[in-house]
This record gives sequence, C-alpha cells and structure tokens, in this order.
Amino acid sequence: MPRRTDIQKILLIGSGPIIIGQACEFDYSGTQACKALREEGYEVVLINSNPATIMTDPEMADRTYIEPLTWEMAAKVIERERPDALLPTLGGQTGLNLAMDLVRHGVLEKFKVELIGASAQAIEKAEARDQFKAAMQRIGLDVPHSQTVNSLDEGRQVLQEIGLPCVVRPSFTLGGTGSSIAYNREEFDVLVRRGLDLSPVRQVLLEESVLGWKEYEMEVMRDADDNVVIICSIENFDPMGVHTGDSITVAPAQTLTDKEYQRMRDASLAVIREIGVDTGGSNIQFAVHPKTGRMVVIEMNPRVSRSSALASKATGFPIAKIAAKLAVGYRLHELPNDITRETRACFEPTIDYVVVKVPRFAFEKFPEADPKLTTQMKSVGETMAIGRTFKEAFQKALRGLEVGSFGFGCDGKDLWGTPEQPSVDEVRSRLAVPGDQRVWHLRYALKYGMSLDEIYELTGIDPWFLENLQQLVEMEDQLREQGDLDRLDDAQLRRAKQFGFSDRQLAILLNTTEMDVRQRRKDRGILATFKAVDTCAAEFEAYTPYYYSTYEDEDETPPKKPGVRRVMILGGGPNRIGQGIEFDYCCCHASFALRELGIESIMVNSNPETVSTDYDTSDLLFFEPLTTEDVLNIFDRVQPDGVIVQFGGQTPLNLSRALANAGVPIVGTSVDTIEDAEDREKFAQLLGRLDLKQPANGIARNMAQARAEVAKIGFPVLVRPSFVLGGRAMEICYDSKQFEHFVAAAFVVAQGQPVLIDRFLEDATEVDVDAIADGRRVIVAGIMEHIEEAGVHSGDSACVLPAHSLHASVIDEIHRATVAMAEYLQVRGLMNVQFAVKREEGRRNVYVLEVNPRASRTVPFVSKATGMPLAKVAAKVMVGVSLADQGYTADPVPKSISVKESVFPFNKFLGVDIVLGPEMKSTGEVMGISDKLSIAFAKSQLAAGTLLPMQGQIFISVADRAKVNVAEVARLLEAMGYELIATKGTAERLIEAGVNVQAIKKIQEGHPNAIDMMIDGTLKLVFNTPRGKGARTDEGRIRAASVMHGIPCITTLQAAEAATRAMQALRETEMDVQAVQDRFPEYSRKQSSVVA
Amino acid sequence: MTKTAKLAFQDGTIYTGTAFGAHGEVQGEVCFNTSMTGYQEILTDPSYRGQMVTMTYPQIGNYGVNAEDVESHKPHLAGFIVRERSRLVSNFRADGALDDYLARYGVVGLEGIDTRALVRRIRIHGAMNGVLSTIDLDDVSLVSKARACPGLLGRDLVREVIPDKPIAWNEPLSPWTKLKEEIPQKVTVDAPHVVALDYGLKWNIARHLFSLGCRVTILPGTATADEVLAQKPDGVFLSNGPGDPEPLHYAQDCIRNLLGKKPIFGICLGHQLLALACGAKTYKLKFGHRGANQPVWNHDTKKVEITTQNHGFAVAPENLPPELEVTHKNLNDETVEGLRHKTHPAFSVQYHPEASAGPHDSHYLFEQFRAML
Repeated sequence: MPRRTDIQKILLIGSGPIIIGQACEFDYSGTQACKALREEGYEVVLINSNPATIMTDPEMADRTYIEPLTWEMAAKVIERERPDALLPTLGGQTGLNLAMDLVRHGVLEKFKVELIGASAQAIEKAEARDQFKAAMQRIGLDVPHSQTVNSLDEGRQVLQEIGLPCVVRPSFTLGGTGSSIAYNREEFDVLVRRGLDLSPVRQVLLEESVLGWKEYEMEVMRDADDNVVIICSIENFDPMGVHTGDSITVAPAQTLTDKEYQRMRDASLAVIREIGVDTGGSNIQFAVHPKTGRMVVIEMNPRVSRSSALASKATGFPIAKIAAKLAVGYRLHELPNDITRETRACFEPTIDYVVVKVPRFAFEKFPEADPKLTTQMKSVGETMAIGRTFKEAFQKALRGLEVGSFGFGCDGKDLWGTPEQPSVDEVRSRLAVPGDQRVWHLRYALKYGMSLDEIYELTGIDPWFLENLQQLVEMEDQLREQGDLDRLDDAQLRRAKQFGFSDRQLAILLNTTEMDVRQRRKDRGILATFKAVDTCAAEFEAYTPYYYSTYEDEDETPPKKPGVRRVMILGGGPNRIGQGIEFDYCCCHASFALRELGIESIMVNSNPETVSTDYDTSDLLFFEPLTTEDVLNIFDRVQPDGVIVQFGGQTPLNLSRALANAGVPIVGTSVDTIEDAEDREKFAQLLGRLDLKQPANGIARNMAQARAEVAKIGFPVLVRPSFVLGGRAMEICYDSKQFEHFVAAAFVVAQGQPVLIDRFLEDATEVDVDAIADGRRVIVAGIMEHIEEAGVHSGDSACVLPAHSLHASVIDEIHRATVAMAEYLQVRGLMNVQFAVKREEGRRNVYVLEVNPRASRTVPFVSKATGMPLAKVAAKVMVGVSLADQGYTADPVPKSISVKESVFPFNKFLGVDIVLGPEMKSTGEVMGISDKLSIAFAKSQLAAGTLLPMQGQIFISVADRAKVNVAEVARLLEAMGYELIATKGTAERLIEAGVNVQAIKKIQEGHPNAIDMMIDGTLKLVFNTPRGKGARTDEGRIRAASVMHGIPCITTLQAAEAATRAMQALRETEMDVQAVQDRFPEYSRKQSSVVA
Repeated sequence: MTKTAKLAFQDGTIYTGTAFGAHGEVQGEVCFNTSMTGYQEILTDPSYRGQMVTMTYPQIGNYGVNAEDVESHKPHLAGFIVRERSRLVSNFRADGALDDYLARYGVVGLEGIDTRALVRRIRIHGAMNGVLSTIDLDDVSLVSKARACPGLLGRDLVREVIPDKPIAWNEPLSPWTKLKEEIPQKVTVDAPHVVALDYGLKWNIARHLFSLGCRVTILPGTATADEVLAQKPDGVFLSNGPGDPEPLHYAQDCIRNLLGKKPIFGICLGHQLLALACGAKTYKLKFGHRGANQPVWNHDTKKVEITTQNHGFAVAPENLPPELEVTHKNLNDETVEGLRHKTHPAFSVQYHPEASAGPHDSHYLFEQFRAML
C-alpha cells in the first residue's frame, strides 16, 4: 500500500521543554517525522513550546506553532489549520497525553481529525495499568502477580500466592507515597497496617516484587499489514528496581540464549498486536527471573520513546522516520533501508559491536534530594558508546560521561589508593543501594578482591557483566605492575586499547603522560580504526557514514575527496544542567551551514538523544566520547581543514587548548581569545581599555585572602569557585556568617583553584546579549532583559526579547559595549555577554558581568524570536563567509515580544527547596510569543506548567526587602477578585497599605496554615520571595509542599509582578496562536528553498 | 596459556588470533552468520558440514551451552571463528562452556581477530576456502593448503552427516519455544505418519512435526522411493543439509518418484532437491544467506516473514519448469525463497521455518503441511 492520499495535512505534537524523562530524543524523533512526512508531500503542522529544538525551526514544518502544549491551545491550532490527521506517538508522553486530552474534550471529533499511528483505545489500553494487565493475561503472558486488599487478614491470604518479597502500595496516596517492600512476614504485617492507615480508602495493593530480576527492553515496529519486526533488544546492567533511564543499559541482549530471546520476541509481537498499536514503534519492558527464567511483562510504551532513540542510534535504523511513514500508510517492505540502499526497512537489524549507555546525574545540584535510584527517573542526560566488546564500550561510555573519569577508574580521579578510599563496608553498602556512584564502587569491590558471587548478591548485576569488569581490573593490575611504558610490549599495549583503556588511564598506570602514550602508540602503529554502523553486520554495503572507533585491523572511513573542504564540529556530549539541547541545536545548525556551502561536515558527539547524532544531519558522524584523545584520533584519520569548538558548550571548549597544541586548526575565534575572556586579569584590562565597568571583585586562594577581599569589596558579595560550570557552589552572601560558610564550601568545589568574589549588585536588572562578529562587522542579534533580578542564574531566569523596560540610553550603551568587546577580542562567530543595569545615584550604570566568545544557551531562543538563524550564520562566518556576503548588515528587529521561561526538575526531587539563585537548576525552557508582553509572559508560564489561576486563594509571603513592592501586586490581585492569604509579617504590611488580606499561621505555629489550604485545594498560587534557603525552614516547607501538590510557586518579586500583569491581561484578552512562518515569511521561504 | 591459531584464505589473507576449543587443523569454506543469538544451534546444524563459521556478533559464549539447545547430536562444522569468547558462562540453563564443548567435539576455534574485516572480505570477494590451524603456523604453507582445499561445489557432503538407520522420533518442542504452557498433541498409532528424509536434518524440524501430532520416522537421505513408500507415510519431508544439491542424484531420483504419490514438504537443501527433481536449476550464491533476520515476502499472504537462513546455493528463477510456482521471495535480493508444485501436493521453502536459531514467524508452514496429510 503506498502512502495515503485521503489525508493531506498532518499535525505533529512535540514534547515541550526538556525535563527529566523527556529530553532531546523527542526533538530527534519529531524532526525525523517532519522530514519524513514532508518528503512524502504532506503538509506538516507542528506544535511545540520548546524553542531550543530543531523541529521548531521554520523550515522543518510547513506551519510551526511555538505555543503552550495544552489541549486548549492545541484546539486553537487545530481550528485554524484544520489538519486531517494527528500523529501523537512521536512527542513523548507529553504528546500522547495531549492527544488523549484532545480526544476527551471532543476536539478531534469536532474538527474531524483522525488519530493515526495509534488509536485512542490502544493508547488507553497500554497506559492504564489494570487494562494492560488484563490484556496481557488475555494473551497468556505473565505479569507480576498483584491484588488489592482491604484488611490485614485478606493481605495474609493474598501473600500466600504472591510470596515474599512483596511490594505494599497504599491506594490513592499522592505520588505513590508510602510504597515499600516487605521482606518477611513481620515487616509485611507492619507495612500492610501502615498502608491501610495511609490510604484514604483503606486499601493497599500487594504486588509481587521483581526487584533484582534481569531487565530487558524490546523495540518493536509494526505496519498496517501487521508485519512486525524487532529493531533492537536492550539488556539492563542494573537489574529491576532502577528506572531504565537511570540504568546502565547494553545493546543487544547479552545473556539470553536464542530460545529465551525468541520467546521474548514472540511475547513482544503478541503485546503490540493485543494492544493494537496500528503502526509505528513501541517499547516493551520485560523482567526475567535470573534463576528460573520466568518472564513477566512490565510495561509498554505505545509510542517512540527514549529507548527507541537509543535503539535507533545503536543500530542505525531510523525508528521515528519509519514510524512516521508507516503512519501514513506505507508498509515496512515498501520503505528502503537508507543505510544499505539495496535492502528494505522490513528486517531486523543485526549489529557487530556492543553498545553501552550510561546515565548522567545532577545530584550535586540538589544536595537535599535523595540520591537513591528507584523506579522514578532522576538522571538528566546520557551518553552512549560503541565498541567491539562490552569492555571497550563500557570504558568509552564512562569517559564520554564527562564527569572527570577517563574510563573505569585508574585515571587519577578515583578514590582508590587515596586517603578517601572507601572502606570495604562502605563499598558493600554502596553496592547494595543503587545510586549514581555505584558504578565506581563496583571497581573498588573488585579491587578489594570481593568475589563475583558476593558482588552479584549485593547488586543483582549479571555475573557476565561483573566478570568483564573484573577483566578490566586484572588488566589494570597488570599494567600497574609493569609501571613503565618502555616495558610494555606492543601486544600488551594493543590489548589494553582493545579493552577500552584511554591514553590518560595508561599514562597514570605507566607513570607517563597522555601525549607520550599517544606518541608511542602512533610510533608502533597502534591506531584507532573506525568501523561503520550499518544495521546489517557488514552483510551489505553501507552508504551512511556513521562510525565508531575501535582497535582492529581494518578502517572503513572514506578518503578525503579532492577539492572538498572538511570541517569537524565538536558536540556537547551528555545533557546536564547548564548544557543541553541548546548546544546541540547550534551544532546541528553548524552542520547545515557547512553543507549549504558545499563543505563536508563531520559531527563528533556521544549523546544518543540528539538530532546531531542522526545519521543524516552531517556528512560524516563519529559517535565518540568528547575527549582530547578520541577527538585527535578522528582528526588524524579524517584530516579536517578546520574544527569548530564554539557550539558544543563547555565540552569542546575544555578540549580546545589541547587540540590547538596538537596542531588542530580551530576555526572562528581563537583559543587565546576564548581563554582571555575567562582570565580575570585580562578581562579587567579589556574593560579598562574600553571604558566599561564591572562590579568590584577579587580572587582568593585561602580563607584569609577571602576575608581581606570582602573587606575591600563590601557586602553583599557573590562567591563562586573558578573554572566551574553552571554556577556550581555559587552563592550570594549578605553577611560574614554566610560568607564564611559559603567560601569554605566553594573552596571544596574549586579543588585547588581559587575562589572568586564579586560585589553583588542588588536590585539590578540582568541583560543577556547574543552577537555575531566576522572581523568587519558586529551584529547584535538580541538584547534580552531578565525578569528576575541579577543573582538568579541566567539559565534559570525568564527573559524578554526585546528588552521591555530598559531606557534607550542603556540599550545604546549595551550595544556600544558589545560591539567594542567583540572588536577588541577579534571574535569570529558568536559571543554572549551578560550585563547588569543598576540605578545608582540617579544614574543608570551598565556593568559587564561576563563575556563568553562562544554559542550561548539563548542562541536558539534569539533565533526563534528574531528570525535570524544565529548559529548557522555564525558557522558560515567561521569558515570565511562574511556577514555582508550572507546578507546581514543590520541588527534584526523582532516583530513580536518573546518570553523565555525556564523549567525545573523539582517535582522529581520532592522535598527539595525550589528557591532560585546563582546556581543553575533548570533542565529546559519554553517560549511564549505575543504582541503583548503580558500575554507572552502568560503563555510562557502556561507552557512551563505554571497554571495562573483565574480565581481562588493566593498565598503571599515576602522577605522584608520586598514588602514595599509587594503591596502594589497585592492591590492588583485584590482588585481582580483573588482572595489573599499571608502570614503575620506580610499580612501586617499589606493591611497597612490598605490591602484586604487574611492572616494565617506559619507551619510551626499550627493550623490552619498554607499547606492545609494546598491539601484542601483552595490555594491556587504561592508568591514567596525567600528570606532564607533550605527545605527545613518554614517557607522552604511551603515551597516544597507547593511542588508536591502541583501548585505554582513564584519565588521572585519580579516574576510575581509579571504574573500579576499576565493574570490581568488574561481577563481582557484571549491567548491567540500564530505560526512562526507567518511571523517571518521571508526567512521561511529562504530556508525552505535550501532544504529542498 | 594462550595458543596462537591462524586462518589462511585461498587469496593469501592470513588472520592470526588465539586458539580455543580443539587443537588441530581444519579446512573448509569460510562463511559468516549474522545471528546475534543461537550459536549452539548453529554449531550443531549439520548443514555447516565442510564449512567454518564466523559469527558477526563479537561476543560469543556468554550464555554457555546446554543439553537442550541442540539441532543434532554434535557440532558438524570444521571451525568456529569469533571476535571474543566469553570467559564466564551466565545463564540459568547452561551446563557447560563453549570452549570445552568445541574441544570435546573436535571443532577448532579462533578468537581475537577482526571478524568484521573478514566478513567484509567475504562480502566483497565472495565465499572463500580457508585453512584454520593451531599446528602449522607457517603462512606460505597455510595459504597453499587453502588453495588446495576442495570447496563445496560438486561435493556430496550429505553422506557425511546422515544417520545410518531409520529413527523413530519422539521429542517435542522445547517448552522455551512457547509463550504459555500447552499440552502437546498426543501422538497415537493412527496419527499421520511423516517420513523425514534426513540429508542433515535439524532436529527442531522433527520436533515441530511431532508436536503437531505426527508420527515421525527419520530415514537416511540416501533412501530410495520404494524404501520411503514401504514406511506407508502420509507425507514425506525433505530436510535441510550441507553443500551443493546438484550432485545428489539419488535424492533427486527418490523425490521424482514420490512426487504426486505423497504430500511433500521441503526445507533448504530439501527445497533445492525438490526443485532439481522437477527440472529447475540451482546455482551457488556469492556468499550465501546465513542469519536470523532475512525478510521473506509471501506472495499468498502479502506479508513479510523474518526468517532464519543458512544456504550457499539457491534455485534459479529463470527457466523454472512450468509446474513450479514461486510462493516466496527474499526481499533483500529477490532470490527464490519458496516453491509450490501446481499439480502435485508438494511445496518447499529455502529458509528455516523451524527457526532455532531465529524467529518463529513461519511456523505456519508446518501446520500447512500437517493439513495436507
């Protein structure tokens, strides 16, 4: 059956902001879907609130709506665009939920929009636990036994069937609180009694525990003729009990015989058929008992998932693209396999390498959070590595994680052999409780000589994996024994490289330097070889140039084409807080720009979620860790004419000096300039020469120096360790008590580097600027005014483009300063500057806080707000095409008002205080666009999940500093009819100001308090500007409770003011939707011709 | 202590790695299998007689070996080549390690070579003869032995793997092949009787027939039509087997004499022999199909089956006798995957519906055959 001709226009839903559990993978799948559907001649309408995505680029869809992902807004898009069909399975859980909301509210029926890919019934059946369980039982598949009971007696009876350990889940508690596992009868009785008490309906669910069972995933695809194929099997290194997103995972399955694997395959086919996913990809999870082989189905995602992105990158099979084509009627066998060209997409990929994915965590950002890994995902990113063996892939993945390790320990960073080496008891306890550090403790356990059996008993990690780790430790010990590079023979060195040891690890073990190891390898011909990812284990010729490194005999990379320039782009590695999709967006644009210019683009990255690691984004793709060694190996092999380090965030910048020293030609702004901008003294000189101000500041190497500096600078000050990203351990200190505490903490994080102390500009407005310079001209692409005052990390604050309240003279000064700095620094490409504007003695003073001659987090936002594709333009500048030659001679003028708002992971770390500060905590961003600032802000809040109420109670509690200003906000709210609640201090102040407010008790004073009102559901919004931080303070508990109860909590006065104006505006105006293409008709036309 | 082994190709290529399994020297055609699971089934598949198999998946031996997952009483291939053999066995069903298993049955193993480079060589230059040795490590000597290697064309390898006397089969399918527990159909004395002509039969075929309620008698593939008919079969099954079907005139004669008298179902070599018996031609493929992911198009159902395959020869689609029609084709290269006789109750497939190793998509063919009895 070829493509359907009865539909012409298809609506796609994106997954919104990056949050824990939904990251770049849905930009990857959505972008593939857009391309796949347009390739077939369909008109694609897209709705997504995340501006940092490639999919929301105007050239990706025909009609792009950067709007909040609520059913009401989607309904407006549908009403305006009248699509024939909605494909809900490519936008993650958000997309699926939104589609189901549209079904429930009758929108699809009203506008005659057909759900394609998966029907509402199929989605329902897969998502609703009880329906899913019933469906599995219908087809004879095993699921964990479970039953609800209403008394202990009943529970004891059920226990006889289920057996111990048994999960006890009280019914209808918030966020599943009170769930625990009973390991013996005594515990069981206690937990059931407690559970019954906790449950508002006196009911508990008893469920068979599958904790510690082997965990597997199958990626399945089905077409409308019921052809079903398995794309990839995945075996989790961490057994059941740890969310698969938080587990180290391995593809393909390693420890199943064919009989067991085929049984799982049969089960997968049966599941997708029974659930009735018509077409597309699904992910099915299984648990297998390690001793009996009993297999139970855990769950199914009737959509493209994070695991499908991983499976796509692991096999080379483009699941999302094929899923989109199947949804419009193609059958699997009608679609070509792009990689082999001569074969069809209807087959099961076979791979001849091992893939390892390792999650990246951010617990250091949330010290109050429980770092135990459970069935709720907590990781913020992941890295994937490919090797010919598990050992090689595992070590590559660990160095790709970019947490300072260069493999499985012995890299100068681990604790073994240091005074902090954990004791054997500590190691045991770290193995028994899964956490982000468990992987390193596996090595310590092996170093202590713990047996595989003992480690297995503690962790449940399959002995096959453990034995491979043991081989690594044995190799480490052998090398350490040699202790000298000269005593190592070539065969040993080669074998160590085949085991995935990095030059850095070898240097530590052999008492030499990384570069000496590298030189020795090159002298002896022990070089990395690159092999293709081809879906077919070399059975057919591959045309898609997707490679990984290993140490084998044959290299498969194509020779350089004569007369064609090659430029290599270094990506950003795993997502982390502070470095995420925005940088991947920039890297993709760099690649698009190079290809437009006829230059071969070469992408290097290790993040499987991303568009940059899609096989058709670049001319050559190297799926490799971003370390000096790995990048140099690729460089040696492909000999690019230039390397771009500006776009991948801090990751490539950290490599730039070593690469430049090794003779790699860095294009764009020089490495010297990049370093100068980070050098405090040179930066101060620069500002002096250009007659620019910066806040008073100093550097301290010890506490005494710090005290001396702060005496000169005066409070309040901003304290931070140098050379640390994302505002780690950055704090504002108002007095010497705070100062002593936070400086001490900063020295710990700084690890021997100095601590920086800056005068903190209170009540200053922060401004972010993105500019492009080509050596002749500087374009100031965007001047963004932050909503929150200076002091909140720029990545966490909301900002407005164009600046909404700055005086024209201030704008001029910011403009002048930006241009002057770009010229002085001889920037070639992007530059980001952070300014603070402060009223002092009647004057508006502009301070320069920071200059970064590289792509910033705001590049995609500015591009979407102005219509100027900054990253693409900058990439072209870097390879020698001037701004004028690209047609850019003036700053772009935004036609609407755009607001960027940040999105936080607080709901994954319940109980953590949510106060914003200099340390970045957000994972993602959304954009609200309108002609009116208030509406743009309202949209940004809605998109970020902050539901501004139209009525109800609002709790106000502000620090003394803010009490004057809050009266105005309160007056407006009262006038709109909201009921205001406050604790004593704020209430008194408001009453004085003539505002009607009800005073309530503080939490520790008893009831009724704000938390009671949250539980009752009458309280709709919290305005709380903090006096102090910490989850244990009264206000901290209110903030934490608001997260738990899903009530929006605004923690800065500026945001409260903006929200109030938005609430006012929402009473008068309805939020309207507008396609990006209508906003920038010229841009869209120009770009689409390029894509075609 | 590791021991070196060398593999030499007729084209002069030498691969030097580490020996495992048995020590010695073996020769044969070097082929590759792309299945990521099922090495034990592959090892014990008699169709690999005269060959050395390279596994494209690099980590082999992870789940060990067990007594159940076998397709005949012992491994038949000459040599086994992997990227890395597992040092530890991890599977609840395992009762031994790969290394010992190969050593016990005299199969020479080679690990630690760039198996992907080897596979690419075969893909580009076609199947090649080779010598694998742990005794003779002299490159020149090995290459000359590889050049003297007889190869598969025109050889009768079937006689090397077939049983010497009839066998009454009575083992059902493994419970691991089923999703839910099923009570196998009782095989009674009046159950339909299938005579399986064994040219190198994979036991899972017999298990399938038995589990469908057939009485199964296995006869050596050298049996004549009269010997077959003397068993009073309700149907005749033609098994898979090693090598070139062309020289097996005794088998073709036998099939010709059975055509139209009894329902016939053939798999792999059995499929090729049925085609030859009907007057079709076979030819040698460049490097064959060996794996568990080959897509096959079924002309009747208009659906795709993911199949297990293991063949180096194929039925030529040109000049097919008019009484044969193609029922299945390979989606990758359009080769003939299934045939049906237009007038007689006879059909065959090139691939392996019994799977083992491989997917179960094509089990229906056994039911189709059962229905003809």
